Amino acid sequence: MEFAFTEDQLAFRDAVRDLLAKECPPAMVRAAWTNADGRSGAAWKALGAMGVLGALVSEADGGLGLTELDVVLLAEEAGYAALPEPFVEHVLVGAPIVAGTDDGAATGAITVTAGDPLAPYASAADHLVFLAPDAQIVRGAASELAPETSVDGSRRLGRLVATSDARPLQRAELSQAFWRGTLGYSAQLVGLGRRMLAMTVEYVAERRQFGAPIGSFQAVKHHLADVRIAIEFAAPLVHRAAYSLAEGDPAAMLHCSMAKAQSADAAELAARAALQCHGAIGYSYEHDLHLWMKRAWALSRTWGDASWHRDRVARAILDSPNEKD
Amino acid sequence: MDLSWSPEEQAFRAEVRAWLAANVPAEPLPSGDTREGFARHLEWERRLFDARLAVVSWPEEYGGRGASLWQWLIFEEEYYAAAAPQRVTQNGIFLLAPTLFGFGTPEQQDRFLPRMASGEETWCQGWSEPDAGSDLAGIRSTATRDDAAGGWRLNGQKTWTTRGAFCTHLFGLFRSDPSAERHRGLTYFLVPLDTAGVTVRGFGRLDGDEGFAEVFFEDAFVPDDLVLGDVDQGWSVAMATTGSERGLTLRSPGRFLAAADRLIALARERAADTSDPAIRHRVAQDYIDAEAYRLQTLQTVTRTLAGDAPGAESSLTKVFWSELDVRIHADALALLGHEAELDSAWMKGYEFALSGPIYAGTNEIQRNVIAERVLGLPRK
Repeated sequence: MEFAFTEDQLAFRDAVRDLLAKECPPAMVRAAWTNADGRSGAAWKALGAMGVLGALVSEADGGLGLTELDVVLLAEEAGYAALPEPFVEHVLVGAPIVAGTDDGAATGAITVTAGDPLAPYASAADHLVFLAPDAQIVRGAASELAPETSVDGSRRLGRLVATSDARPLQRAELSQAFWRGTLGYSAQLVGLGRRMLAMTVEYVAERRQFGAPIGSFQAVKHHLADVRIAIEFAAPLVHRAAYSLAEGDPAAMLHCSMAKAQSADAAELAARAALQCHGAIGYSYEHDLHLWMKRAWALSRTWGDASWHRDRVARAILDSPNEKD
Repeated sequence: MDLSWSPEEQAFRAEVRAWLAANVPAEPLPSGDTREGFARHLEWERRLFDARLAVVSWPEEYGGRGASLWQWLIFEEEYYAAAAPQRVTQNGIFLLAPTLFGFGTPEQQDRFLPRMASGEETWCQGWSEPDAGSDLAGIRSTATRDDAAGGWRLNGQKTWTTRGAFCTHLFGLFRSDPSAERHRGLTYFLVPLDTAGVTVRGFGRLDGDEGFAEVFFEDAFVPDDLVLGDVDQGWSVAMATTGSERGLTLRSPGRFLAAADRLIALARERAADTSDPAIRHRVAQDYIDAEAYRLQTLQTVTRTLAGDAPGAESSLTKVFWSELDVRIHADALALLGHEAELDSAWMKGYEFALSGPIYAGTNEIQRNVIAERVLGLPRK
């Protein structure tokens, strides 16, 4: 028994953290709201150079051949930085699938729709992986997607209207892709929660009212303590889900649902407390908080919201012939 | 990362499970927070001790097995899953013992640990006073030097002392330097409750059991060899115990996993009949939280074994398990509906769960600790 990441896994995370601190500062996240494709440009290229984009692609297909356990902390960092990119769609879901096809050499970004017909960063995507009972890979994705506006200005959504140039996906690929996506979104939500907490801790230590930092008031302390607790008891579920997927544990899908329900709730709580503790400044469009908050609102409801995943857990423990089968 | 148990750990689990299956009383014992029930529980503690299962993680010379922290977690999971009796010795073996191992003299360890493990001597915690609850540093009970007799004279009052009316010994903090303030000038004492000048009066808890006591000290003499740690350093000695109480040792995940399993069994019988449409999701959330607590503990133990002992982080744990325990029992009462008012293990458990957010430092104090010492927010 050892519930910890390896030195290599932590070093990879630190490298991605440093890369994103440099290439994806808040000003870049903000710029992505108004640029042509909602994406980062430089950060994505740097991640590609580091091999991150092909982390789950087999070495035979030119990737790093890593597992979910190796990339879960990277997804957390992408959330922490509010990286405006289809990180989960590409790294965890799309790249390993597309790499095994004739289009494997394609270098463009991949977007995904998982059940619902909305795909993020659609306008710039070269491929669309459509995860549904009749799962498909679609080339030239942009032409199949009608633009929609997300609450998160960087997530240029496309609503799937047709799938003309498509090829079907294997059922096993579909399942693996769906739960990898759930894991990736869960990890990003943990990262988003951590960042909103960090921003708020910094702010309330500086902001003074009634002659004292507002962070010295118990009402503020208790809001933020609750966020810290929620993150503390969400992250281990996410890390366990990554382990279960990597190990091929039959309960991995249930573990992913537990992770998504808990991380979605934690990120929502973090967003709510962060806004309340920032007060009117946090309610201002010029302040960066809303960039993280709106990402959390979007990700917590995409790929199954907390209630959808909690219902899966309820069915597993209450309706199966044997408990928790 | 490796979330599997080794063959040795699995064998240990099998041994514990088999022993419990053969030995746990078929009929639940009367509450250990009553005089009669306490005595019955001590008989059970003796059986555990004779099987070398009372204190598995202690060294063999004191009645343990030198078991790893992992094995201790496994023992706890099996213990609660078997619905084995409450541990009336817990304030000694889980709260005092870590402090004795850390600060006690070899003589003190030899004198107290074996009899603590067997249940021959039972310990209560003498910290709270009428005017020192959450504000523990406000302790007023005094220890006055008696050089002629070679020890100290204790005066004052402790209260809300769990099972104080039934225990043989008390460990507590007394103010030894009256000129010092707050957490300075306190000394940690080990006090036999049959000492002349000590008076114990039991009183009822919320559930009516005599689980609380007031302990009065009137010039009670305690020799020097019953001081634990250095004179006037009682606060830092006591904080070692506080970490144990808030964190790992007192509330192992096994308890909440077992409670969640009982809740799931109840929900499988009754969820369809309840008028509460959200109950299924709440039960699922309780299960998720119990699992989260188990996994967070595995993470903490991994870190502890790597030499990174938890500090203020134990406050995160305390808030989480105590509030989870209340939710689990409240959800069980929701499933019971109008029958919830009947005398039952769930109502008794609910009453007990409500003490969790209060004892071992109220959750309001814990949230302050989290904010100031984990997040680094300003105290003032």
